[in-house]
This record gives sequence, C-alpha cells and structure tokens, in this order.
Amino acid sequence: MSQQPASSPMLESLLEAPLPQGAAWLDVIRRENLDALAAHGLPDSRHEAWKYTALRGLAQRRFHQGDALALTREVDAGLLQLPGIDGPRLVFVNGAFRADLSRLDDLPDGLEVLPLSRALAQDDEPLRFALSQRYRDVADAFAQLNIAYATDGVVLRVAAGARIDAPLQLSFLGAEAGELAWHLRHVIALGDGAQLSLVEHHAGLSNSPQLVTSMADIVLGEGARLQMTVLQQAASEAALVRRTGLQLGVAAHATMHVAELGGGLVRHDLYGELKGDGARLDTRGVFALRGRQHVDTQLALRHDALATASESLWRGVADQRARGVFRGAIVVAEGADGSDASLSNKNLLLSAQAEIDTKPELEIYADEVKAAHGATVGQLDERALFYLRSRGIALAQARTLLTAAFCRAVLADIPHEPLRDHISDLLLAQLPADVSA
Amino acid sequence: MLKIENLHARVEGKEILKGLSLTVNPGEVHAIMGPNGAGKSTLGNVLSGRDGYEVTEGSVIFEGRDLLALEPEERAAAGMFLAFQYPVEIPGVNNTYFLRAALNAQRKQRGEGELDSMQFLKLVREKLKIMQISDELLHRAVNEGFSGGEKKRNEIFQMAVLEPKLAVLDETDSGLDIDALKQVSQGVNALRSSERAFLVITHYQRLLDYIEPDFVHVLADGRIVESGDKALALKLERLGYAWVGEREPAGAQA
Repeated sequence: MSQQPASSPMLESLLEAPLPQGAAWLDVIRRENLDALAAHGLPDSRHEAWKYTALRGLAQRRFHQGDALALTREVDAGLLQLPGIDGPRLVFVNGAFRADLSRLDDLPDGLEVLPLSRALAQDDEPLRFALSQRYRDVADAFAQLNIAYATDGVVLRVAAGARIDAPLQLSFLGAEAGELAWHLRHVIALGDGAQLSLVEHHAGLSNSPQLVTSMADIVLGEGARLQMTVLQQAASEAALVRRTGLQLGVAAHATMHVAELGGGLVRHDLYGELKGDGARLDTRGVFALRGRQHVDTQLALRHDALATASESLWRGVADQRARGVFRGAIVVAEGADGSDASLSNKNLLLSAQAEIDTKPELEIYADEVKAAHGATVGQLDERALFYLRSRGIALAQARTLLTAAFCRAVLADIPHEPLRDHISDLLLAQLPADVSA
Repeated sequence: MLKIENLHARVEGKEILKGLSLTVNPGEVHAIMGPNGAGKSTLGNVLSGRDGYEVTEGSVIFEGRDLLALEPEERAAAGMFLAFQYPVEIPGVNNTYFLRAALNAQRKQRGEGELDSMQFLKLVREKLKIMQISDELLHRAVNEGFSGGEKKRNEIFQMAVLEPKLAVLDETDSGLDIDALKQVSQGVNALRSSERAFLVITHYQRLLDYIEPDFVHVLADGRIVESGDKALALKLERLGYAWVGEREPAGAQA
C-alpha cells in the first residue's frame, strides 16, 4: 500500500531527536515503534481510520521535540482553575511535569499518583506490562511516535475498595515555545471496587503550531467505578492526537464525558473493552467547531463478556469552514450474550462550508443482544427558528439557543454541577453569536 | 391598529390571497371564517412574517408602521402575536427560560428594561392564575410531549405573558375537545381589553360560541366576500360554505 513518504518534513524533524534512554526493556520498545514509524510514515486517506482526516498539511510542518524550558514556563494560574474542582491535581506544561503547579499533598488514602518520569526512575518493573505495546500498523503512527518519545505522563493507582470522592484534575497545557512537539503517556488502574472521578483538561496558550500526542491506558477492576470528564480547549494552532484505552472488568462501570472545543487538528481514538460480565461503559461527547477546526473522534467499543452494556451519545456542531468526523464502531463478540449496545450520533451544520462525516458501525456475533444505532447530520429546524422569532427572539439568538439545547443533551449528567455549567458556558461561547441565515 | 389593503400573496408561485382588505381597531375581536383553501392560514403566516410567503401587492400597516418590512421578531416586539395552529416542539429549551428570553428580547427592542428572574417569576405566577394551567408545564421543554390541548393552552399562556396589542389565533380550535376549547376560550376572554385586538381565524362557528366576535368576515378564494356581526357566523353554520361561492367580493375593491 502506498503512503505518505516517511521523509515528510514533519517526520524528518521529529526523528532527528535522539530516543530517550532508560530501562533497557523500554529502550527496545521505543526503538521498535520508532522503526515502524520511520518505515511506513504517516497514514493517508486510503487507510479507513484516516479517511476523513488528512495529514498532508501537518506533514509539511517541522517541529522540535521537547521544551528545554518547560519547567520554568510562565503559566496563567487562572487557566488551571476549573469551577468546583479543588482536589488534588497534576499539571504538565509542554509535556513536562510541574510540581510547582500541581497539588499532591494530602492525597486521600488509597490514591497513589505520580508523574511517569518519577515512577520510571523509582521502579520501572511494575510499568513494564503496561508500557510494552508494539504497534506495527501505519494507522497507529501517532501511537508509535508517542511510545518512542513520551517520557512523562500520569501514573495513577486506586487501591482496591478505595473511594476517592474529590475529583482528581489532570491538566495538560501548551505554552508558547515555537513549533514544539510533546508527548504524554498515562497508566491508570482502579483496583476491585475502587471509585475515582477524573477531570482531564487540555488547554493551550501557544500561537505557534504544536504537535501533542497523548496516550492513556485505563484499567478498571471488578466492580470499580470511574467518572471521567474531558475538557479539550487546546490552542487553535495545536494538533492534538489522543488515544484512550479503557478496559472494564466484571461489573465495572465507567462514564466518560468529552467536550471538544479547541484545537486546530484534533484526533481522539477511544477504545473501550468490556471484558468482564456485567461491565458498563457510557460515553457522551460533543464537539463545537468553528473557523477551520478539524476534530475527529473514533470510538471503538468491544463487548466481550456476558450482559455488558454500553450507551454512546455523541453530538457535533460545525460552523464556518470547520469539519467534524465521528466514527462509532461497536462489536458485540461471540459469547457476549445478553448485551445491550446503543449508539447515537447527531450533528448540526451551521454553515454551508462546514462538513461533518459520521459513520456508525455495529457488528453482532452474540445472542439475545439489544442494539440500536443512529446517526444524522442536519440543520437547525426552520420551524423552531420561526417559532422563537415570532415570540420576539432575534434570529442570531434563536440559532444560539437551539444549538446550545442540541449540545446540552450530552452534558446533562456531568456529576459536578459547577463544572457542567462551566463547560456549557464555554460551549455557548464557542457557538456563533451572530450567523447570517 | 391594523389596516390591510388589497393584499395579494403567493405561496410557491401560487396566488392565495387576491386582494384582501381588513381594518381592525383596538378592543375589537374579528373572526375570519372560510372554507379550506380560502387563504385563512396564509393570512396568519403573512402577518407574522413566515418565510415562503411572497406579498405581490397591497399593504399592511400595523400601529402606523409598514408591517411587511419588519422581521418576525420586530413584529413581535411591535405587539403582534400569532397563536400557532401547530405549535412547535423545541427539545432542550425550557419553557420558562424560553418565555423569559422572548419577553426580554421584546422589551429590549422596545427600549424597556429587562426583567430579572424574580420579577419574571412574579409575572408568570399572576398569569398562571388567569390561565389555570399547571406550573408543571413551565418546567418542561417547550411543547415537548404536550397534548394537543396543552400546546394550545401554552400558546395562550405565552400570549398572556407577552401581552401583545394584536393576537392572531390561527385555527386555535383545531384538534381540541370541548373542554379544552372552553379552557382556551376562557383564557382568551380573560385577555380581552379595550387596547387589545384579536383576529380569530377558524373553520368552525363553534369557537365563536365561546369567543364572541364583534365582526365576522367570510374569506373565500383569497378575498373577504362578506362581513357582518356574529349573526353571520350562525348563518354560515346553517347554510354551509357552499353559500359563500355565490357571493361577490365585499366592497369589490380593485
């Protein structure tokens, strides 16, 4: 198969950087992933998973790897503050852990959290299994890049039976440092019966293009519960490529809310594996895009055990020349009898130049399965617009009101009310205040 | 208050209104009756400014302004209200929020101060009493999952809160059983005043048993062909719309 030449300016500039050195086993993994990347380069539209997200523009850019001044970059403290979230937090700036901005004193019992750099320095062996992935496929080019170069991230363990009530905040900030690439790798594990609430926040201040990759592996033990809210407000020049893997054990339950508001080129691959009987994974997400933003969410869920359930509710709004992509692929594997999978993806186009591509896929190999999926791309209801206007509400306000109502459906059950209102406000601010009909 | 002169309007290239003239003064209740296809709903839609209705001739002056030059929201702020034949469901938009946004948008356009949520709530409580509707409806999304009767009552409730100068009721009686019809009519009657006028568009005489009109006009083939008092409605009921076909346009304006 033909692909982008491995010698694109982007890869050339990135691969100039020497590989990080550390544990021998990890050096080998880094090398193998790097070699795969160097051999095949970046995927293009002929690869199904990259059909609607072109990397041509990005491939022409050059980035330097890692910010030597990351530990001293000034960051606006206000950027770290999220309404109603005042528990422990980890802050990374340009890919490096910032102890000075983090809050890790008085961690509740049962919560162990530390930056990956420190965890590897202390004892790399417990991380060996989690960090030993090898990707060979060209479609996984960014995972290979991440594994080769990521030296920091979050290592988090919740002890069996521990309930961590205060939400833990993970903030990833991009600060101005020229055309920079940085990478983060996270390993998160919830023991049996553990409970955790996580808030993942991406924000950026850089006017220069940045390339950010982030990979998280999250494992939930038997009966564990995870509430996760992701607020993505990367800088408009940023390319942000994330990959989240969730593995759910018996009767584990994870709920994830995602609000994609920022970034220039954003890609999120979300893999959910329901491995234990009775596991449940609910995902809700929304993107609100404008300008030339491009946001691509690839949801891939796999029901592997009896009576597992997933509910996926995703919405998208694109204005101006923005482009949204959503792919939701759900597999109910053989033996996952009695499972229940539903997927809904609804989208709104606010301008004739905007584009949204959506593709729901459902494959069922089990018995007694309840499954439903649907996807739509449409415009605001003209009848509703006229109804609002006939009551005195101006066209622009009517459009905003209807669009916000459309998005709000997926945010309704974010557990922390001040955060939910905050995200709702940010979403409103992202919507056009004035759009010609 | 409202002066319609020689109004011609087209929908999808087809002429529906063919020279309609009508004058409405403050405090008056006018009923517009007519057979299906006469242009009754077109009149309501043209007055409220819905897209897709092309006025080719004639004029509409409302409160001294050229109504046809105004956007729908400007018409509302000027005091025009259309009670929809088919009220629209708007999922995700809370009824109270919507109504406050509407009222404040109108007040803003008129250069009046906006009501804060306490002031608005007080107003709503007053109007709820008049309308005898449960405040449970207020907490739901606009018209979502409402029964036919609830939707129509919600229209009249909106009217009570927005206090228009002219209310156009577009076949408000359609789809209502007799109890709902009475409730809606009571609401309308409670809002009658010497400053407020009503244009009641209906196919059936029945509604006019409850909302007593000062004037009744018969609309046929895009024109008013007969005008009179409420006795005309009873005559129509007796003779049917076939009788209308034999009438010449009233006044026979050019």
